Amino acid sequence: MENVTGYVHSIESAGTLDGPGIRRILFLQGCPLSCLYCHNPDARPFKQGRKTDAFSELREIARNREYFKRTGGGFTISGGEPLSQPDFVKAIFDGCKRMGIHTALDTSGFTGHKADDELLSYTDLVLLDIKHIRPSAYKELTGVKLQPTLDFAKRLADMKKPVWLRYVLVPGFTDDLDDLAELANFVKTLGNVERVEVLPYHKMGEYKWDCLGIENKLADTPEPTKDEVELAVDSFRKAGLAVLS
Amino acid sequence: MSAHKPTDNTIDLPFLTDDAPRCYRSFKTGTWLTEIDVRNFIQLNYTEYTGDRTFLAEPTDDTRLLWQQVLNLMIEEQKKGVLDADTSLVSSIVSHGAGYIDKSLEKVVGLQTEKPLKRALMPFGGVRMAKNALESNGFEFSEETQKAFDAIRKTHNDGVFDGYTSEIRKARSSGIVTGLPDAYARGRIIGDYRRPALYGVDRLIEEKHEQLDSLEVSSLNEETIRLREEINEQIRSLKELKVMAKNYGFDISKPAENGTEAIQWLYFAYLAAVKEQNGAAMSLGRVSTFLDIYFERDLAEGTLTESGVQELIDHFVMKLRMVRFMRTPDYNELFSGDPTWVTEVIGGMGVDGRTLVSKTSFRLLQTLHNLGPAPEPNLTVLWSEKLPEGFKRFCVDTSIETSSLQYENDDLMRSYWGDDYGIACCVSAMKIGKQMQFFGARANLAKTLLYAINGGKDEITGEQIGPAMSPISGDKLTYDEIVPKFDAMMDWLANVYMNSLNVIHYMHDKYYYERLEMALHDRDVLRTMACGIAGLSVVADSLSAIKFADVKIIRDDRGLAVDYEVNGEFPTFGNDDDRVDTIARDIVKKFMEKLKKEPTYRNAVATQSVLTITSNVVYGKKTGSTPDGRKLGEPFAPGANPMHGRDKNGAAASMLSVSKLPYEYAQDGISYTFSIVPKALGRTDEDRTVNMIGLLDGYFNQGGHHINVNVFNRETLIDAMEHPELYPQLTVRVSGYAVNFNKLTKEQQMDVITRTFHESN
Repeated sequence: MENVTGYVHSIESAGTLDGPGIRRILFLQGCPLSCLYCHNPDARPFKQGRKTDAFSELREIARNREYFKRTGGGFTISGGEPLSQPDFVKAIFDGCKRMGIHTALDTSGFTGHKADDELLSYTDLVLLDIKHIRPSAYKELTGVKLQPTLDFAKRLADMKKPVWLRYVLVPGFTDDLDDLAELANFVKTLGNVERVEVLPYHKMGEYKWDCLGIENKLADTPEPTKDEVELAVDSFRKAGLAVLS
Repeated sequence: MSAHKPTDNTIDLPFLTDDAPRCYRSFKTGTWLTEIDVRNFIQLNYTEYTGDRTFLAEPTDDTRLLWQQVLNLMIEEQKKGVLDADTSLVSSIVSHGAGYIDKSLEKVVGLQTEKPLKRALMPFGGVRMAKNALESNGFEFSEETQKAFDAIRKTHNDGVFDGYTSEIRKARSSGIVTGLPDAYARGRIIGDYRRPALYGVDRLIEEKHEQLDSLEVSSLNEETIRLREEINEQIRSLKELKVMAKNYGFDISKPAENGTEAIQWLYFAYLAAVKEQNGAAMSLGRVSTFLDIYFERDLAEGTLTESGVQELIDHFVMKLRMVRFMRTPDYNELFSGDPTWVTEVIGGMGVDGRTLVSKTSFRLLQTLHNLGPAPEPNLTVLWSEKLPEGFKRFCVDTSIETSSLQYENDDLMRSYWGDDYGIACCVSAMKIGKQMQFFGARANLAKTLLYAINGGKDEITGEQIGPAMSPISGDKLTYDEIVPKFDAMMDWLANVYMNSLNVIHYMHDKYYYERLEMALHDRDVLRTMACGIAGLSVVADSLSAIKFADVKIIRDDRGLAVDYEVNGEFPTFGNDDDRVDTIARDIVKKFMEKLKKEPTYRNAVATQSVLTITSNVVYGKKTGSTPDGRKLGEPFAPGANPMHGRDKNGAAASMLSVSKLPYEYAQDGISYTFSIVPKALGRTDEDRTVNMIGLLDGYFNQGGHHINVNVFNRETLIDAMEHPELYPQLTVRVSGYAVNFNKLTKEQQMDVITRTFHESN
């Protein structure tokens, strides 16, 4: 097994929100998207962050095994966009599987083509973020095209790879009920989506925008109300999907 | 679940089956009948419970009515500070007649004075302290009582200051050793309060007479003389205990005949202890599974219902929540929120593999639901990976809801202390009835490091406190230069610290001996000298900064190093980084080895804790800037915690660092306080429960000793600071105990709020 270097933004040693159980989460540095609601804008630039290598990270992951054991947890790689550093992801996932540790890949899918079949064979779960179902709105929201994400979703479906779909609910941007229904239908046809997580937009990352001195176009956007979240959840439920919010 | 194997210990006493005293009907007999051996009784008679919480009962109407009255009194107390206080009558076991909250509702009776929440006068630790406490709370100390003490009764505090050397006094006033029990009772002794219930007080007196007979030796040395005097005092206290109970209309000379009596007898014994001693920590021990045996019998006989049992437990716990001592503002700055550390351990596993969880373990936790969250009693779950799943779930659900529990590693402690130990105060394990400790507060290691830099001069006052060693003269701190100097300064500290503890405990035994608590012990007990350290993470991070970054000294016009300029990155404790975690571990080990070199009073076994309680704030105030970048006056982290905000990689990494600290060299306990926002535990209730259990299993499997669990949002605390009236029962866990958030000083509230909260990313 070859050691590979990578760039890391930060670590959460006891995450519970990105995959099942208690998880060690490695947030990689660098993301090609520029989402309006990004809560980690500091993780966007490439070739910044802490330089590390797969073996060092695997040693750390191994030390957290006690916490994974009883909760059905494991290791999640997130970002930034982890698939911007596919070789690094592949090496760590390969190591995790050799140790019997559950792996989850948290991705926007935009660079899904960089994940080769070998990488996906080491991946137990994909946390796939489809940020919008309409190409124009997707572009406006993220700065990139939608199609690669849909292609990646279909590829995962063909492989029958377990997927948790994540959808960030932003009032005025992603809460249109017709769009939600369309997305729900698309997701349902995939057949491999085990659960849908509706993540209400939150403003906890806002201070980072100010720190970085970049314009925050959502400065005036409120967090969604409970009722708004419930409506979005219902859209997915109506399509027969299991939803958590 | 392993089978019940009573046969080994059961002795054949046929007369018991026919003529057994009524009190022991249907109990399995064993050595406990002929010897004072409560553990043996428990092992032979208890019933494991491996189910869930569904059997539990809600509060009865009487409980609701009574608790409302208590709550009203507590709210009034919070407004006034102290509700009422004795100003002339000196507290003893028999000083007061019967006192009630509402006699018609109370199922368990007994108060410290004649009125609820009225504070007793307890001057034997130090009459000046008692006077200050009264006056600072707006009461006037009786002239007559003052005169009596001045004329005929020397107190512990007077004795201690007769014994202190000038060196000890200096170390004490500079704050390098502090919080010493030299003006109030030392506490941290747990009487086996179960004994009066099981045996009746007469039998215990008989046993003490037998102990005296065993000390009819031909040549009396100091040790034997002291023990003879102590046992005679113990006998007197037991007789007083009977009188006290008589005042409430109970004859406790004989064993309890049922659960209602057992819990009442037990509480009387505890009450007598808190009427006589105002120890910092007056812990209860391990009573739930003992009591459960009586309740199981009553339930089987049909004389009690589940609701009736819960009512007894709820009323008992109400009493424990009402224990009060009169304290000075200084004391409250150190230990805020009227703590009494009525610590009760729950759960754990037996050495035979059965769990010691019983239904009454659940019932005790249920009080937090029936009466709402509260800091006392200090409920402490003895965690084992093997605990029944239903119990684990109830514990963590209770934590998530109330933040009122602490957890300690039973798998670790059982190998040291067996399966009938309790916890005194926060983290100090001791075998019930067989072991006691000399409480030693703590020494400030961060300040010691600064003394090493400044050649024994205090960094704030400039006074020469420590030995005049050569200070660091260059502009930069180097690891190779500081380590031997720090080592030498720790030698000095261990010596002056142990000397002060020897004086304190010599005088405490002489002037304020715990007659009643020690009457509920065996004749020969194991004594530990429980030292402690504060500022561990500050020292570890400072040494790490010196080793891995550039630390420039900034001196004032006296030439004293008073601040530091740190350039470059360095690893900090709390991130599972061995480069610095090893430094922390080595300090613990090294200081323990130094303490072990010092002779101790009564040949006590030296131990140490890594525990600050809330004194991390006061310690910080008295300590100058440190080489880790912490500024003059800023609080230390509590206990063994990483410094606020420096554990950047989440909870598991922080726990891993703490779990590397060696219990072997800190057998008096290693305290870690953990705060997490509910959302960070998972999205659903089920996820939160499972993940919290996983965190505890993980931490303890890796060797962690203790953890306080707080589950709430930072915003809740900020809101509670602004609107205390909306949160009358908001309980937070701080280093080793729980407090009502509203009773903390503003500084301590801010300290709790700025602590690392593990949040979702």
